[in-house]
Amino acid sequence: MKKDYSKLRTLFKTMFVLSACTFGGGFVIVSLMKKKYVDELKWFEESEMLDVTAITQSSPGPLPVNASVIIGYRIAGVVGSLTAIAGTILPPMIIISVISLFYEQFRTNLYISTALQVMRAGVAAVIFDVVINLSGNVIRTRRLLYIAMMLTAFAARYLWGISAMAVILTCLAIGLVDLSVSFRREKGVEA
Amino acid sequence: MLLLKLFFAFIQVGLFSVGGGYAAIPLIQEQIVDIYGLMTLEEFSDLVTVAEMTPGPISINSATFVGMRIAGIFGVFVCTIACIIPSFCICLMLAHFYYKYRSVKGVQVVLSAMRPAVVALIASAGASILMLGLFQAELAEVIPGNIRIVELGIFAGALFLLRKYRMNAILIILGSGVVGTAIYSLMGAV
Repeated sequence: MKKDYSKLRTLFKTMFVLSACTFGGGFVIVSLMKKKYVDELKWFEESEMLDVTAITQSSPGPLPVNASVIIGYRIAGVVGSLTAIAGTILPPMIIISVISLFYEQFRTNLYISTALQVMRAGVAAVIFDVVINLSGNVIRTRRLLYIAMMLTAFAARYLWGISAMAVILTCLAIGLVDLSVSFRREKGVEA
Repeated sequence: MLLLKLFFAFIQVGLFSVGGGYAAIPLIQEQIVDIYGLMTLEEFSDLVTVAEMTPGPISINSATFVGMRIAGIFGVFVCTIACIIPSFCICLMLAHFYYKYRSVKGVQVVLSAMRPAVVALIASAGASILMLGLFQAELAEVIPGNIRIVELGIFAGALFLLRKYRMNAILIILGSGVVGTAIYSLMGAV
């Protein structure tokens, strides 16, 4: 893994913009990161971005910060991590510091609450756009196990309310079983 | 001493909030309201409202808000940095191991099994936000007749622009806020 310090500026700028404009939680920013870093900048492979998401979801702390640490590390080691974190936390720090001075007016402003409500529709569209591409790729693996896991995981999270971390750890366990099965099969072929 | 208290409170918030922003809220409440008495419950519920209404991770938003209210700009830095120290250490370690071993064939098999789950989790987050947008309710409380036409139109339009013209996602998000608010105020609802 080589470090590329020339990308630090873009890294900071990208994280700053994503963080400043992401309403609605960790997976929104992950969708935007996928669009930016995989589709646009081509710094990462799609599978790598999904792995990073799994790791960030199963470690403590805010998801966007966790993702910044890993993405930054991949680009330029510890310096990259710190740069990415700075980009991610500065916008909320600035915005909240300002708002905390007059939050009463902010909270009760009808235009702001309307905008936040309708923005959810836009945010949902962005996530669906990303999900259409991602799930298409899972289906294209033509592995029934993966497709079934995707559908079950969705039902588990969305319909039955099972925690995201439990879903990931279960799939990790299934992956381990899958691994041992394929090991045994290889051995069987050799024998 | 107050800053030190804040520092330790938010290190714990960062360390124990597993699984996203909403998991962090009760933890912050416990540290800030119950244990250290740095805020009243009422101030805290204002904080949650504001943190939800602004961009950025909820725990960073809360750390900043608490820091600012209690100790000004200094407080902001102390709380926010404390909040991310655990993330930084743990994720750096995980990143190191991930990039060291990810090309190993066995590791690839295991990681491949986790990817469909991640796609499903992202889809689930999207579905929740869509329900909130279209019905202002969670799935269980959705009443089909309450569908909000403006939001439905914005969702369809935004998805079309994204799929067909690959329009920039941030423009879509901000644009939907502007367009939607304009429509509602023309309708006289704002």
